[in-house]
Parts: sequence; structure tokens; C-alpha cells
Amino acid sequence: MKSLRLYALAYLAFLYLPVLVLPVFSFNNSEFIAFPLSGFTIRWYQGLAADTAMQHALGNSLKVGFATALLSTMLGLAAARAVTRYRLKGAGAALGFISLPLFIPDIVLALSLMLLLGAGGLPLSLAAVVLGHLLICVPFALTVLIARFEGFDRNLEEASADLGEDPLMTFWRVTFPLMLPGIVASLLLTFITSFDEFLLAFFLSGTEATLPVYIWGQLRFPERLPMVLALGALILTASVALVILAEYVRNLGAQKTTVGA
Amino acid sequence: MAQTGRNSAEGYGLIAPALGVMALGLAAPLALLLITSLKTQSGLGFAQGWTLAQYAAVIGRASYRVLFLRSLLISGAVTLLTVALAYPVAYFVAFHARRKFVWLVALTIPFWTSYLLRVFAWKIILGFNGLINSGLMRLHLIHEPLSFLLYNPFAVVVTLAHAWAAFAILPIYVSLEKIDRSLLEAAADLGDGALRRFLRITLPLSMPGVIGAAILIFVPTTGDYVTPQLVGGPKGAMIANLIEVQFVGAGNWPLGAALSLMGMAMVAVIAGLFVMAARAGAKAAR
Repeated sequence: MKSLRLYALAYLAFLYLPVLVLPVFSFNNSEFIAFPLSGFTIRWYQGLAADTAMQHALGNSLKVGFATALLSTMLGLAAARAVTRYRLKGAGAALGFISLPLFIPDIVLALSLMLLLGAGGLPLSLAAVVLGHLLICVPFALTVLIARFEGFDRNLEEASADLGEDPLMTFWRVTFPLMLPGIVASLLLTFITSFDEFLLAFFLSGTEATLPVYIWGQLRFPERLPMVLALGALILTASVALVILAEYVRNLGAQKTTVGA
Repeated sequence: MAQTGRNSAEGYGLIAPALGVMALGLAAPLALLLITSLKTQSGLGFAQGWTLAQYAAVIGRASYRVLFLRSLLISGAVTLLTVALAYPVAYFVAFHARRKFVWLVALTIPFWTSYLLRVFAWKIILGFNGLINSGLMRLHLIHEPLSFLLYNPFAVVVTLAHAWAAFAILPIYVSLEKIDRSLLEAAADLGDGALRRFLRITLPLSMPGVIGAAILIFVPTTGDYVTPQLVGGPKGAMIANLIEVQFVGAGNWPLGAALSLMGMAMVAVIAGLFVMAARAGAKAAR
């Protein structure tokens, strides 16, 4: 057992070492990313604060991320309700079709969407990136939300209807609060997926770079690397904070539903 | 309380928007891709008429065959390595870890960084002036940088095995966690040793997780663009890089489309065969 535990710790080190390169060298006072370390600095972070192109790209990524998260969760919510609450012919085929993008390489999704835009005479844009991101995010949202719909007691909805609430109020006062943890999880998962997605954004964003597209552009310039690492360290910190927050909200939700039910 | 009849129209109405998005964003573009693959490039447009010439070109050229084969070998190696490395960790967390939740969080935190930078970190680590080389030179263990670390299939395999680790750990952990512990107790009571219990109960019952992990890793890594582009070099280039070159660099969209469709078909066939073989193997073992 001891050796298994040691192996697990070694594996953890394998997972963490490359990621730790980011924070460690983001504070290193040298343009060269090599040993030995040469003193502490925050100048790379100061450089980021002054970099307006990066901030513009961050703004684009947030816009695309929010739009993708909201749209894919709404589409997923409706579709998840359809397959869990109604007996539909061809539901299996429909689910298969919606999950298909997960089995197609991103480069093929990106280039075929580019063909579609070209054929329709439409420009590359952030809206095109959102459409591309919906392809990979709707399947995620659907998976999370179907699990949540299957997990809660349908009698609660019927009781509400029996007590005279109309379907809309039943949805708002019973279904929605019970679904909330699933909705939060879906929003979070789809936002992070969109925020981190590179390839679709690379081919579809045109002149409006998202953050990963901006980072990709910076990787060609060795002198910009420490700043990119600082950016990566900030993204890591923000994501971890977001995940911990979501876990906290999920626990609150879980307690509330058990007390309420 | 599934409803039928009059209400099913409501159900179709609810799933229609998601299907509409997929029809617009997936079905229409793929249909266009198919149409494009049956054309030939002529200047900025396509020549008149239909042809299978692109498919013949893909099959006919040895250099393309090499790239397809290499992509499969690299993804196969990545899948095998990632699953083999992750299995003992998932096993440890499911059966022996005291604080499972802490372990699961610790194992997934590295995946909350940008995918691009996770891959790029390996370029920094393995590079000619990189961390391994500068560290080893500093320690006077080597006198000149090792050049075999970066820009080859090995670098691609290591980087992908790191980048996709979570996709192996989590499904395998879930399938191990589901195993009814009383089965193991029963086997122990009947005199099976630890190794026999593992081989006859734990391993077969965790196969769904292993197969799931293998598919989750094999399918997307075969089409990965970023990793071979950053750490592969010419010797480590894969299908996605070739497709990109045809579309963007060479401006030969029909050939790029044919390469895309054949790459997708190849991955689908191999993944399907793998799942069938794994299921048959699991049945035979029982």
C-alpha cells in the first residue's frame, strides 16, 4: 500500500511540475526561462497591467465565454427537459447527434465552419466563435443537466401542479431552484471550456483575438514569454478560485434541497 | 412520469433549438466539407464538375500515409501510456486514500490552466535551452544540451500524456468506485489472494472506465493540432497540421477537406473496432 501511495505522489509531481513553471518563472528576474533562477521581480505582472492588446483579448474572451455559457446552458436545459420528461421517438438519435462534435477533431469543426461562413458570405467574427464553441459546450451542458433532471423527485412538480400552480410558475418555483446546482455547474463548465478554447477561436475570430489566440501570437517572441507565464499564473489562480467558489455554492444548494425536500 | 401524445409536441419543441444549432453549426458545415472534397482547386475558386481525385491523392501519396500512420501510433502510445500511468492512481484513490475528495481536487487542479500554456510548459522544460538542459548543465551532469528531448514524437507523447491525464483518472476512478466491495470480501473469504482478487474482480469490473478513458483520449489526440505544432517539429507532425497546411498555407481546400474526412473516418473505424474488441474480450474473460 505504501508503494502505491508513493507512486500516486510521484504522479502528482508529474502533473504539477509543468504547471508550476508558470508561477515560478513569472516572478523570475530574467528574460530567459532557464536555471539558475535570478532573483524576484513583479515587472512581468506590471507589463501585463500595461498591455492593452492583452486586455482587449481578455474582454473578447469574457464576452464569448459569457455568451457561450448562457446559450449552451439554456439550449441544454430545454433539451435535457425534453429527453427526461417526455417520451420522444428518436430521442436517442437526437442525443447522439448533439454529442457528435465531441468525436470530431476541433480542427475539422473549425475549418468546416470557416467553409460555411465563406459560402454564406459572412465575415469571421466573435459571433462565429460563439457558434463554434456552442458545438463543444452544448454536449457538456446536456450531460450535466440530464444527470440533474434524473436526480430529482418528479413528484414535487406534480404536487405543485395539483396545488394549482400553472406550468410556468411550477417551473420557476419548483423545477428551477431544484435544477440550480446543475445550472451553475453547467454555466461554469461551459464558460471555462469556451474561455480556454484555442483552435476554433484561432480560425473563426478574424481580427478580434480571444485570449488564447493572443497568447498563441505571443509564443513566437521569446522576450514576451515571462509575461505570458505571468498571465498563465493569473488564469490558474482565477480558475482555482472559481472552482472552489462553485463547489461552495453547490454544497449550499445541496444542503438547501435536502432541507427543503 | 414520461408523457406521450399531445404533450410530445412540447417535448420536440424543447429539443428543437439545440438540434437547430447543431444542424447549422455541424451538419451544414460537414455537408459543405464533403462537397468541397469532391472538387478541385482552380485559382481562388473550384473547377467545374465532380471528382474523386482528392481521395486518390490522399491514398496515393506515401508522405500522407506516413503522417496518418504516425498520428495513429502517437495517439495509440499516448492512450496506452496515459491509461497505464493513471490506473494505479485511480485505484489508490478509490480503495486506499483516506481523503478521496482532497485527492480528486489535487489531481484535477493542474487542468485548470490554459491548455496552450500547459503544452507550452513542456517546450520550456524539454527545449535546447530549457529547464532540463539548463538544470543538468548547472549540476555539471552534462556539458552540452541534450537535443533529443524536443521536436520529435517522444515529446508529443509525453506532452499529451500530461495534458489528457484527467480524462483517464476520472472515468477509471468512477468505475472502480462503483465496484461492490462485498464481492472482494466474498472472494477473500473463499481463499483468493490479493492478486487473484484484482485480476478476477477489480480489473474486469473497471474495464468500462478503462475503455471510456481510452476513447476519450484516443479520439481527440489523433486530431490534436497544438501539441505537434509546438513540441513535435517536422518529425512529430500529425494529421491536423497537414490539414491546416492545405487549407491555410497551400490554399488547396478540396485536398484539405478530403484529408479531414478520411482522418475522421479512420479514427471512427479504429475507435469502433477497439470498443467491439474490448467488449468481446471482457465477455470472453468472464
